[in-house]
Amino acid sequence: MTALVALRDLHVAFDGQAALRGIDLDVAPGEAVGLVGESGCGKSVTWLAALGLLPAKAKVTGSVTLDSQQLLGARPETLDRVRGGRIAMIFQDPASSLNPVIRIGRQVEEALRLHRGMRGAAARAEAKRLFDQVGIPDAARRLDAWPHELSGGQNQRVMIAIALAGRPELLVADEPTTALDVTIQAQILTLLQDLRRETGMALVLISHDLGVVAEACDRVCVMYAGRIVEQASVDALFAKPTHPYTRGLLGALPPLDGPRRRLAAIPGGVPEPWAMPPGCAFAPRCGDRMGACDAAMPGAVMVAPGHRAACLLATPKPVAREAVHA
Amino acid sequence: MIRFLGSRLLRAAITIVMVVTFAFVVLRLSGDPAQIIMGADAPPEAVEAFRAAWGLDQPVWVQYFNYFGAILQGDLGRSMRDGRDAIVLVAERIPATLALTLPALAIKIGLGIPAGITAALHRNSFIDRAVMMLAVAGFTIPSFVLGLLLVLVFAVQLGWLPSGGQDSWRHAILPIITLGVGGAAVLARFTRSAMLEVLGQPYIRTASAKGVPWRSVVWGHALPNAAIPTVTIVGFMVGSLIAGAVVVESVFSWPGVGRLLVVAVGNRDLAVVQCILLLVAMTMVTSNLIVDLLYGVLDPRLRNQPRRAAGTA
Amino acid sequence: MTALLKAEGLVRRYAMRRGLLGRSVEVRAVAGVSLTVERGRTLGLVGESGCGKSTTGRLVLGLEAPDAGTVAFQGQPMSAPGTVAWRSLRARMQMVFQDPLGALDRRLPIGVQVREPFDIHGIGTAADRPARAIEALRAVGLRPDQAARYPHELSGGQRQRAVLARALATEPELLVCDEPISALDVSIQAQVMNLLVDQQERLGLGILFISHDLRAVRQVSHRVAVMYLGTIVEEGEPDAVLHEPAHPYAQALVSAIPHPGRRGGRIVLQGDPPNPADRPGGCAFHPRCPIATALCAQEAPLLKPRAVDGRLVACHVAHGDALPGAGEVRRAA
Repeated sequence: MTALVALRDLHVAFDGQAALRGIDLDVAPGEAVGLVGESGCGKSVTWLAALGLLPAKAKVTGSVTLDSQQLLGARPETLDRVRGGRIAMIFQDPASSLNPVIRIGRQVEEALRLHRGMRGAAARAEAKRLFDQVGIPDAARRLDAWPHELSGGQNQRVMIAIALAGRPELLVADEPTTALDVTIQAQILTLLQDLRRETGMALVLISHDLGVVAEACDRVCVMYAGRIVEQASVDALFAKPTHPYTRGLLGALPPLDGPRRRLAAIPGGVPEPWAMPPGCAFAPRCGDRMGACDAAMPGAVMVAPGHRAACLLATPKPVAREAVHA
Repeated sequence: MIRFLGSRLLRAAITIVMVVTFAFVVLRLSGDPAQIIMGADAPPEAVEAFRAAWGLDQPVWVQYFNYFGAILQGDLGRSMRDGRDAIVLVAERIPATLALTLPALAIKIGLGIPAGITAALHRNSFIDRAVMMLAVAGFTIPSFVLGLLLVLVFAVQLGWLPSGGQDSWRHAILPIITLGVGGAAVLARFTRSAMLEVLGQPYIRTASAKGVPWRSVVWGHALPNAAIPTVTIVGFMVGSLIAGAVVVESVFSWPGVGRLLVVAVGNRDLAVVQCILLLVAMTMVTSNLIVDLLYGVLDPRLRNQPRRAAGTA
Repeated sequence: MTALLKAEGLVRRYAMRRGLLGRSVEVRAVAGVSLTVERGRTLGLVGESGCGKSTTGRLVLGLEAPDAGTVAFQGQPMSAPGTVAWRSLRARMQMVFQDPLGALDRRLPIGVQVREPFDIHGIGTAADRPARAIEALRAVGLRPDQAARYPHELSGGQRQRAVLARALATEPELLVCDEPISALDVSIQAQVMNLLVDQQERLGLGILFISHDLRAVRQVSHRVAVMYLGTIVEEGEPDAVLHEPAHPYAQALVSAIPHPGRRGGRIVLQGDPPNPADRPGGCAFHPRCPIATALCAQEAPLLKPRAVDGRLVACHVAHGDALPGAGEVRRAA
């Protein structure tokens, strides 16, 4: 299957400090990929960079292709057609992600005008249909509401309606439920899964919560310090986590059943960009650290079909061995 | 809305009463008008007669109540200098002042806001630094220094423009520039920071993420939000249309309200000073009220929400 | 033996203005909460935003005075806030908040801030206080050299450790933690949870652990109370509540926990989190409840032991006083 979006060797630096250090990632049409990691690991930056949404001071190199069309360094008009059209993105804090001085209906209609050329009554009717589709009750009346009149969950539904307006092939959801209450989080996750079934769009779900990603995605990429350290299908990742960081994340999550044991907390904290270890960035916190870990960044090793880990201890599958930068 | 207006009007009235009272007290404390107007070597009987004529021999609180009673009847008193109605004296000067402050306001808005927006959009660029350097210079230089500098260069050295007086439109140019530059600088700085604040908001990123071209992001999404804080400063500037030119009018000998105020204070011409202060307080209060109402128009979050979307719970 | 902390029938009302110009309405943030924290044990208080769990935390510490109800600390009624007696009591009860940066003074090194409680409460001699502060930092896993650091020079986890060190400096008997880990990364959350459990063992602390995170609550608590709109709707052993929740809200909350392997079978509550200013009559949960009956719209259920196993629950259906309905009950007029 050819990738819808392909990131190759994506690097991002802010003021000379690396935030992303070589990301290779494919998203196939209709696929749901999760990106997990702690704050500062670069999971949001990856997609902001891919869509050209980072501030001008960010230095982005590498390649981002959408159906073989290069997006990095593309003309603004090209990017404006892609953003909100073929690739839509929603964000963490729905309350501040909507323009406070524009009625929510108009914010949806704006996207309809830009990507589907709809105006006036047609746009309004379509906006109402989208509100219905994302489960906003009393949609016709809510079109004229202001963002501050809606709850966080409803605002996130509006954001999703805006995203759907351009009939995207890929929806990038950046921590879409983090700012919401648990029961509302469940509503939004269910909605995203329903919409994916209805529209067949691909989904990239960025989250710090392994549980959220595990539920909504087919495949997971675990990120640490600007790199993908492990990627696998959800089932494989939970059954056979290979990278010590992935194992650490799983161990740090309090279990819901079984005897209560002391949590296997990962010691220390994420390295600062200006103090990045020379070799594996996780080595200083790793229980399995060896001398070789500090020598060079370990490349991704295929441990099973579709399951790769960037760790010296990962045992390669006998035949195929992949280098990081293919 | 009625409640809102009512409470605002009440507050406005209280503000005006306080200003008038303050002016009354300070003017009585700072010297004897009779002595000053009649001159130091006037015979005591004449001074006494003057006091009796203007009611200055009565206890202060009686004077105060008389004064307030008169204001309520629309009588702002007469000038102790020439006996004309204070309100007429002041009203005669208003057009001259507005002839300076209105064009200056246009300069402030027309120059300051675009400069601030441009600087914000090109943050940390050469344009930004240049605009901000000019802005800092513009509002740190006191207007009398700037005024004198302009006179020195354009009137004395180059001889292009007159240095003072009110004989033709050319006389107005230097005072207008002096007034406008400082305000434009303040407004530029303010607009820039309001704009930067807004450009950093998540909804700006949302607009870009949905494919809105950058120009429309700036005009359609950022400016309406940045306008909200900027309106406060513009409102303040509108409020100082009458009284904002005291220094500049003095420097350029421009016969406006400000210069009248300076002269009247020097003469302890109580009625005139109080009349001007009342006028100033009223324009300030009115422009504040307009700013508050504008907030409601610009920012739906501050509006009453009768149509609060019913919860589904 | 008397409980360390016993709160009974706590009520807290606020006047809230709707909009800028609206008239004020009364909001009952806490509407009759009773709870007990034992020595050396942790009571987990879970609920969503606006359910009144943080207000409850402030009420039990006496940071706010309840409009009704009583708080007793070691059998003694809580002194009025601001009095000398209350201040000496405060040394024995401490609070830890969600945002450690906001709880610390940005202008002082953390060593100085950890030392402060010793000065304020006159613990030890002035000479040995620096050593005590270092010891307090060591106890939470910070290095002595980090005492000289300012809050912004530390990571989120280290800051929360510093806050804990300061809170534990006076060797309090009660610790109220309000969302102490929600602002932290997963791996750091585990560190802080472990630390809390360790310190509880070391000091015999009673802890009121306020959180929206059921996983975290199970990890650290001996009992758990679920709050909804200002009242406790269920209380029991963590595993009992988590594995077999009795209240429909607790059931929804448990089923909303995302975890690997779940595909479908989730109770998704309809509607938004409720607005405390617009409290439904009867059972406050009935408009969102999938099994609400006519009775639920009329009469508020009491929190009482369930006949079968003594679980504390406030639900007509759970008590067998009503048969499960189909939800969607119109609000009682």
